[in-house]
Amino acid sequence: MADNGKASGGGRVRLHVVSGKGGTGKSTAAAALALALASGGNKVLLCEVEGRQGVAQMFDVAPLPYEERKVAVAPDGGDVYALAIDPEAALLEYLDMYYRLGRAGKALERFWVIDFATTIAPGLRDVLLTGKVFEAVRRRPKGDRAKGSAARAYDAVVLDAPPTGRITRFLNVNAEMAGLARVGPIRNQAESIMTLLRSPRTAVHLVTVLEEMPVQETQDAIEELTRAELRVGSVIVNLVRRTGLSDEALDRAESGALPDKGLRDGLVDAGIKPTEPLVQALQQTAREHAQRVQLEASQRALVEKLDRPVVELPLVPDGIDLGALYELAQELKEQGLA
Amino acid sequence: MSSRSTPRVGPLASRTHGAPHFDVDAMLADPDVGIIVCCGSGGVGKTTTAASVGLRAAEQGRHVVVLTIDPARRLAQSMGLTELDNTPRPVHGVDDRNGGSLDAMMLDMKRTFDDVVVAHASPDKARQILSNPFYQAVSSSFAGTQEYMAMEKLGQLHAEAGGGRGHGAWDLIVVDTPPSRSALDFLDAPERLASLLDGRFIRLMLAPARGPARLFSAGLGIVTGALSKVLGAQMLRDAQTFIAALDTLFGGFRARAEKTYRLLQAEETAFVVVAAPAADALREAAYFVERLTEDHMPLAGLVVNRVTQTHAAGLEQTTAAAAAQRLHEAGEHPVTAHLLQLHADRMAAIANEEHLRRRFTAAHPRVPVVEVPALATDVHDLDGLRAVGAALGAAGPPAESA
Repeated sequence: MADNGKASGGGRVRLHVVSGKGGTGKSTAAAALALALASGGNKVLLCEVEGRQGVAQMFDVAPLPYEERKVAVAPDGGDVYALAIDPEAALLEYLDMYYRLGRAGKALERFWVIDFATTIAPGLRDVLLTGKVFEAVRRRPKGDRAKGSAARAYDAVVLDAPPTGRITRFLNVNAEMAGLARVGPIRNQAESIMTLLRSPRTAVHLVTVLEEMPVQETQDAIEELTRAELRVGSVIVNLVRRTGLSDEALDRAESGALPDKGLRDGLVDAGIKPTEPLVQALQQTAREHAQRVQLEASQRALVEKLDRPVVELPLVPDGIDLGALYELAQELKEQGLA
Repeated sequence: MSSRSTPRVGPLASRTHGAPHFDVDAMLADPDVGIIVCCGSGGVGKTTTAASVGLRAAEQGRHVVVLTIDPARRLAQSMGLTELDNTPRPVHGVDDRNGGSLDAMMLDMKRTFDDVVVAHASPDKARQILSNPFYQAVSSSFAGTQEYMAMEKLGQLHAEAGGGRGHGAWDLIVVDTPPSRSALDFLDAPERLASLLDGRFIRLMLAPARGPARLFSAGLGIVTGALSKVLGAQMLRDAQTFIAALDTLFGGFRARAEKTYRLLQAEETAFVVVAAPAADALREAAYFVERLTEDHMPLAGLVVNRVTQTHAAGLEQTTAAAAAQRLHEAGEHPVTAHLLQLHADRMAAIANEEHLRRRFTAAHPRVPVVEVPALATDVHDLDGLRAVGAALGAAGPPAESA
């Protein structure tokens, strides 16, 4: 059963779940991670579940249908495929794959069962979305019929998951299902999914930025995930600014005590007219920058206390494009996440 | 459609790229506005905006209740919300010189659901529902319930507020929408309930519980057979028991949700769309604006949070970057060089943000916009909320010298 994966990868992570507070760039991190994992000749699937078509926009391809499509080639060979999981299509596919309902399947559609399951009923969407990810993680390569074969269609699957506020509920939905279905096919399926999600083959990475609320949410999410027996992988600190100022200069900047004369002389040497408003503007810029650096330092200390591997991704000042994704992927590789 | 007059165009309209200025204070001062709904994608400062708007209105003399759905812990603390008890509590430290007041509450979806069950079912039936495993999963663990419950709670607060006529404890309700996949799942809640109740599905689920009826056609037999095969007989039976038990509540649920939906379309409601100046957040904002218009929901304006500011708008990005480079190469004045580079980066960010906002306004030219400058630190106390409120209100952002 599910434990066969161990034989191939010795407990290697096959499913990378990427979550984070809204606005921290979790989708960017997930895309960069998929590229990083693919590099060197692997086949990786990047899944999105929130119906936003964010993957297509990042990789600059047409909106994704419910079909696995190659969206990028990784450095040194390797392919990134992407799939925008649609709950309705996933349900129909699931019914077809496991039950071959035929005419009865059509009847389900007529009776709004499909509609009910995918849009109205709380919780069921998440069951379908996690179910499809599970299927992709365990899928065998085409034509591989050998009994007990550990080969898998994808070397790794990256899930661009819901935000931290909802991640535990999302991943744990199958535990709830297993509680509701005491016997039968749904229970078996739900239990298999939870076995995978709680195994060392799954890691939940949390993306944050160095601000109070996202760091606090990351800490809360780690507690919740741990309580639900889900394994937290790395904390990915995104949008990291690097300062070129010395500690001494930062201290002075914060109290507005950088010598005006130094700034004026600097401006003159740089060929800019050192007007008083401009000097004061630079003082103000320096003060805000120093406050920011200090805030980030205190938040970084908190992140380090979370006792998880930490990787950092730099701020890309003029927005994320495909080129930036490759650079971020390289960073993740160098820092050992892939 | 709303017949409310178009908002005033502020003196700083140019700063918002041709969009009319969103006069937040005028909205707060309008006694006919009884509900303000803040919506937007996650992480754009929606809850902070709702709290700031609530505080500002209260300090201007209104009796306000803020309903937050899932606030960050420190923000909740700033309003004195240390526990989630599903009841509005007074916020301390609010300036009441203008006679206003501020209450705040966090939505507890399970409690709200339980209250509905207890209030609308017989004690026996209520006990039966509350102990049903399906009910427990749906009310506490499943995504999607929050939207239904937020709708329910808003309706309750509105009723307690005296139906918006100001006879109750509050004359203004500020709502922060749930952090759903799409914040407008909230708006879809009544229709979903309706389509559930009108659908054949519910009849299907209820049929066996009510005994063999003439509804039991051949088609129905096939469907129940298929469901039983997929779900297992036990689970199907449990689900049917759960739905049959809730059946008596559904009607009332739906009637209230539809009433709240109509309330959202009414003149007394103002929708505020919140965004950050980033491509994806503004894309979501555009989607909200379109959807609100389609549903005839009164849109008041767009708040763009965390807008990058400069203190030296006259020094162009390219000039500053070149100057920084020159100093850097000469190995002189490292501090000045670094500050010039910081300035250049900010100017680049500003140009990027302006481009994005111009694109939004080109597509939605009539949507009033107000900007809130990026703050160096997080907002986590009343003073911070006041500062955001001040940026939202009055004249808008300070004029810039060219």
